[in-house]
Amino acid sequence: MKNMAKKYRNAILTTVLIAAFFIFLSWTKTHLDAYVMRIFNLCAINTILALSLNLTNGFTGLFSLGTAGFMAIGAYTSALLTMPPGIKTMNFFMQPINPMLLNINVHFFFALLIAGILSALVGFLIGAPVLKLKGDYLAIATLGFGEIISVVFTNTQTITNGALGLKGIPQYTDQYWSWGVAIVIILGLKSLVNSSYGRAFKAIREDEIAAQAMGINLFSHKTLSFTVSAFIAGIGGALLANLNSTIDPTMFRFFFTYQILLMVVLGGMGSITGSVISACIITVLMELLRVVESPMDLGFISLPGISGMRMVVFAILLILVVLFLRHGIMGENEISWDMLLGKESGHRGNFGSQ
Amino acid sequence: MTVGLFFQHLVNGISLGSLYALIAIGYTMVYGIVRLINFAHGDIIMLAAYFVFFGVGMFSLPWWLAAVVSIALTVLVGIVIEKAAYKPLREAPRISVLISAIGVSFFLENMGLVVFGGRAKAFYVPPIFKGVINISGVSITSLGIIIPIISAILLIGMVYIVNHTVTGMAMRACSKDMDTAKLMGIDVDGIISFTFGIGSALAAVGGIMWALKYPQIHPLIGIMPGLKCFIAAVVGGIGNIPGAMLGGFLLGLGEILLVAFLPGLSGYRDAFAFIILIVILLFKPTGILGEKVAEKV
Repeated sequence: MKNMAKKYRNAILTTVLIAAFFIFLSWTKTHLDAYVMRIFNLCAINTILALSLNLTNGFTGLFSLGTAGFMAIGAYTSALLTMPPGIKTMNFFMQPINPMLLNINVHFFFALLIAGILSALVGFLIGAPVLKLKGDYLAIATLGFGEIISVVFTNTQTITNGALGLKGIPQYTDQYWSWGVAIVIILGLKSLVNSSYGRAFKAIREDEIAAQAMGINLFSHKTLSFTVSAFIAGIGGALLANLNSTIDPTMFRFFFTYQILLMVVLGGMGSITGSVISACIITVLMELLRVVESPMDLGFISLPGISGMRMVVFAILLILVVLFLRHGIMGENEISWDMLLGKESGHRGNFGSQ
Repeated sequence: MTVGLFFQHLVNGISLGSLYALIAIGYTMVYGIVRLINFAHGDIIMLAAYFVFFGVGMFSLPWWLAAVVSIALTVLVGIVIEKAAYKPLREAPRISVLISAIGVSFFLENMGLVVFGGRAKAFYVPPIFKGVINISGVSITSLGIIIPIISAILLIGMVYIVNHTVTGMAMRACSKDMDTAKLMGIDVDGIISFTFGIGSALAAVGGIMWALKYPQIHPLIGIMPGLKCFIAAVVGGIGNIPGAMLGGFLLGLGEILLVAFLPGLSGYRDAFAFIILIVILLFKPTGILGEKVAEKV
């Protein structure tokens, strides 16, 4: 009975919070300039991507590095589905676009959905063979998959415009789309993780053999986790394409995956709220770090800007986080209403264990 | 395709394959002992090439001395990386060490971009590597002969060190069971440093030869050979030195022959290694020569 009441209370509080957040979103529209708005949207997209990687790496214990590849699939799908035929013809001046793709044009919502589904389909097809591998082998195989996608997209001139990339993608991604999708994914992932599937994922992460002995079908659960993760990454990539308005195959190489990996590690592997927090922190930090690349005038001495320094700082950050803050900000804990309101906490991760 | 042309491709493939094999052995030795994909191995290749570049260009050293200095410096870098980024994580889950390795690799690449600049630089190729020998229509550069010879000597040396010396025995012991090795009085930290040192030296030799073969260097040249040689090591069976050689040759030959026979697919050259990897791992998850390890419960 008490639990039921708590459940209602939490549901109401969540609804109120989301409503308040949407009021805040409508406020941002008129009060933030374009630059801040862009970073705000990037926060949402990175949150989505971090959650995608966290599902496989944090919750299921599959060390996958293929996120950038799935993003690329999503980004190209959505771009080709939303660009008007005129702009497509302008883009494909080297070789004309495949006529089947020329006149396709759908609403952004369906473009996102199809991007996610296509990415999930590829994830499913790749996952079936690759998920037999474990640990480091899986990491390398998925990293390889990401690279293959990038190489393939460079070579399919009539579909992706090859190395030239796509320009003039309609900028449909605004704060409602980015954060709206992010919230749906956060809630969806939360219920997935707390479902029996989620418990099976965590069991697999803790000990595959024990999980198998308990009757968990390793293969189907791993494939499920991998496919859902690909779906989310595809949508994230699609949102990014329609925010940036230009994409090319080099964007989606392993650097992108590393950046998302940093978010997952910093936030805590296996923590949804951790991923959200650290995705926002790192997105903002990467913008603030632009300072080290611009010339600095300290009054008595002026330092020339060093371009590329941002990435060096990023790399050092990644090493420091993993050396000294291995469990991340949140570990496996979540910020939940129960925790905030001081009652017995919802679920406690096993801090300190592997 | 004429017989002559076929042999030409074969020779090119062997030359590339032996280079891959050399770098792959460094990976395999490190992996065999600490069970870590040393992502930074590829960037050691890049560093070695730059050290030679600056040795010749800035300090006007003779090229062979520059090469020796470069190898010594990269050995140092390899050992420092291990001490700074991997050793503190020895008891941590492997995923953490892997992330640390990714961080180190990324750090070296970007530090390279900042310090060396992003523009490709022309690498000095001493005249003795430039000669071309013609054997009944098959032309081979002297480098194409020197690379397999140096690789073969180093490979034999490695097999000897690992199988016939006391240090090699200690390395094998660490690889089997680090805790027990420690109980037997083996200086495990020393052995790990030694392994990283040797691995880096092999990567440095490989890197210098790579730069001689493709004399345009920039801070990201190490990534692709690094990944491909890791794949070679995995395909052959990681932790296994003959396996790494086999994998290296397989990949080098395969890549050259793919481009030779199916020129239409030459754009997919870099994807070839990954496709081989995925296919091999599916049929033989521990690589061609890898032993099947039963999982202890």
